[in-house]
Amino acid sequence: MNARRLRASLRGWGGVGAMAVVCALAAVFALLLPVAQSRENDDGEPGGQRTAGGYQARAEDCTDPEKQSLSPSSGDQDGDTVQAIKDRGFLIVGVDQNSYRFGYRDPNSESDDAELEGFDIDLVHEIADKIVGEKPKNVRFRAIPTDQRIPAIQDGKVDMVVRTMTINCTRLEQVAFSSPYFETGQQVLAPKKSDITGLDESLAKKRICTATGSTAFDALDAARTAGTLPASADFEKRTVPNQLDCLVRLQLGEADAVVTDGALAASQAAQDPTVGLKGKPFTDEFYGVAMKKDADDLVRRVNQILVDYRKDGWQKSYDKWLAESLGESSGPPPVQYK
Amino acid sequence: MTYQQQSTAAPPQGRAGASPAVPPQAPPPGPQGRPQGPDAGPPRRTAWAEGVDRLRAGATTEPGRLRIIGAVLAVLVVTFGAVTAWEMTERSAAADDVLHSSQPLSADAADIYRSLADANTAASSGFLAGGQEPAKTRQRYEDDISLAADKLVTAAANSEPGSTSAKTITDLNKMLPEYKGLVERARANNRQGYPLGGAYLRYANAKMQIMLDDAERLYTVENQRLRSDYDDATPYPWIAIGAGVVAIGGLVWAQRRNYRRTNRVLNHGLVAATAATTVVLLWLVVGHTVARAGLNDSYDHGVRSMNTLNDARLASLKARSNENLTLVSRGAETKDVGTGADKQTVDTFDYDFEQQMKALTTKLAAAEDLADDSAGVKPVEAATGNMKVWKERHAEARTQDTLGNYQGALDKVIGSKADKPTGECFDSVETNLKAAITHERAEFEQAAGDGRGAMNGLVVGAAVLAVLAAAGAVLGIGRRLSEYR
Repeated sequence: MNARRLRASLRGWGGVGAMAVVCALAAVFALLLPVAQSRENDDGEPGGQRTAGGYQARAEDCTDPEKQSLSPSSGDQDGDTVQAIKDRGFLIVGVDQNSYRFGYRDPNSESDDAELEGFDIDLVHEIADKIVGEKPKNVRFRAIPTDQRIPAIQDGKVDMVVRTMTINCTRLEQVAFSSPYFETGQQVLAPKKSDITGLDESLAKKRICTATGSTAFDALDAARTAGTLPASADFEKRTVPNQLDCLVRLQLGEADAVVTDGALAASQAAQDPTVGLKGKPFTDEFYGVAMKKDADDLVRRVNQILVDYRKDGWQKSYDKWLAESLGESSGPPPVQYK
Repeated sequence: MTYQQQSTAAPPQGRAGASPAVPPQAPPPGPQGRPQGPDAGPPRRTAWAEGVDRLRAGATTEPGRLRIIGAVLAVLVVTFGAVTAWEMTERSAAADDVLHSSQPLSADAADIYRSLADANTAASSGFLAGGQEPAKTRQRYEDDISLAADKLVTAAANSEPGSTSAKTITDLNKMLPEYKGLVERARANNRQGYPLGGAYLRYANAKMQIMLDDAERLYTVENQRLRSDYDDATPYPWIAIGAGVVAIGGLVWAQRRNYRRTNRVLNHGLVAATAATTVVLLWLVVGHTVARAGLNDSYDHGVRSMNTLNDARLASLKARSNENLTLVSRGAETKDVGTGADKQTVDTFDYDFEQQMKALTTKLAAAEDLADDSAGVKPVEAATGNMKVWKERHAEARTQDTLGNYQGALDKVIGSKADKPTGECFDSVETNLKAAITHERAEFEQAAGDGRGAMNGLVVGAAVLAVLAAAGAVLGIGRRLSEYR
């Protein structure tokens, strides 16, 4: 009799204990969630350092992600990876075909080989010419969706990705980046005549478009938490598959403003003279060339090419593609290696 | 055909023997003698009760019985004629609807559905070709849009106000100009060389998907209407057949009774009545069976084939526009398919292409099974062959695209004949399916027309013959009755 009663009471305590464990687990998950989410947000517009949000915890072991690349002189520049590319005779690069002025295909191009063009593409040609040698067809472009950039590198489908890709801590764990070749930040894009002035009170009650799962979305979320974005700004249910779709919504009057990184915002503004960038960038981000994590020789090689490119070529390419919508440049971003 | 109990009824006959032409007999023995004149009974009686009484009284004498029998026979035959006319009017009206109303409306709905899908395909093909789209593609797009607009007007005129169909048509009418506006914007941006054009085209495509869902709903409703018209036209007219059997049974019984009492074999009137009634019954059964066979045949070999072929054609159109959009979007839209470990990210349009090709394969196989003659099988077989080549070429195009050879992929999809593009296969599938649909439509019209034709004249014929038969029955009984005068 006694034994049975004891068992029953134990069972009761067991239930309470289990509940306590579940509560503790839930608390742990809740704490870890922001970190886990930031890993999944692997899209579009890049989110390097944030002013607010759940990134503080990470910042301790990863500061200045753009300064984590290998110095060209730190070792071999002509290892197995580079040799394999040379033997193959062409470089395979993942690019975007939809970012006007960065990587896109002119549908009315006179040439019949449907060449891509833009700021990113110029850089790709420079890298291919230096690694494989100057010859026709020394590079093969693969159009890859935003959310396939990292898998494409990891699966070896491409040698590198040059696709308006921001260097950030999360990505540094999955791929290796070159030194930064372009500096940008999240920015507000709106019709020139609109009374929106940037990321401030003027966005109250406005409909803001961002790409699904983009860091622009996260940046807006963080800005609202930090109080820089009015609570009445409407952006949660206005996401679209691709950043360019935002310009469609803006032109159709289905959105009042777009948030994306400055470079892509400029690329949108270049396609519609009636919209413009509003206010200063509210984050600071750098684009880098992404490569396989263990391809140290390739990373050094690309960094070496970038050293030369910054001196000669970078400015010419900028003036050709971006000066019109982004204005005069103070030159390529400063470089610091690990 | 009116029957009146005469007050001068012959005195009732006793227990009837088989004696022929028995003269009137002695007055009735019992209290069955009924009061003469209306004011006989102390309480006032209803007309009905009085009528029943008279009838009962009449039934006690042979002439009275004969009158009753004559009247009942006439009523039976006339009822048979009336029921036949009524049931067959309903059926032939439904058969008329099948031929002249619901099938054309179902075809119209299919046309709306198809021309919308075709417009979307033409828009994406033209877009892929560059800022200056080929005149042929542009014409095709414009033709599709105006055909869809025309058919929507017809569909609106034929829909019941307030019905879901009417609402669907209104929605489609609203979205059509919106869609066209988006396509124009896509074209304008593409002319400028902006990637924004592609984004507009994807948006237009998304709108079109909503429209296609609506059009499909409309098409389904019209097909259901067609099916229900068939269901109204084909069931056997059991009430009429039953009435016919009863009428003939009554006539035969009357003649048998006549024979037993008079030993006369033939009563001309009754024989004529029986013959006419039998003719109507046979005509009814045979005519309806033939009509039913024709209608069922037109459904099984016409409508079902046409529906399957239409489905195949739509799958082919949707596959084609997805194939184009894969190249327009260039990886701008992805979606996750599968769950758990099988979960993978795929290009939205390439995935949809594969789904539509699967649908096309299934529908073509089904259409081949349904086709019942070589003229129907041939184009379907040819389309199946085209589809196989299409799949092969599509795989090559995809390989080129993933290899980074965009121009190669483009040439494989919309290139010139020398490039062996998938566009050629799509066009051939279209042509063959169109031929198959035309053939099945002719088969439908032939079979349904034959079926409908078998009902011709049945209504009028049944009515006239029934009147004649009733007259015959009355005359036949009247002749026998005159023997008592």
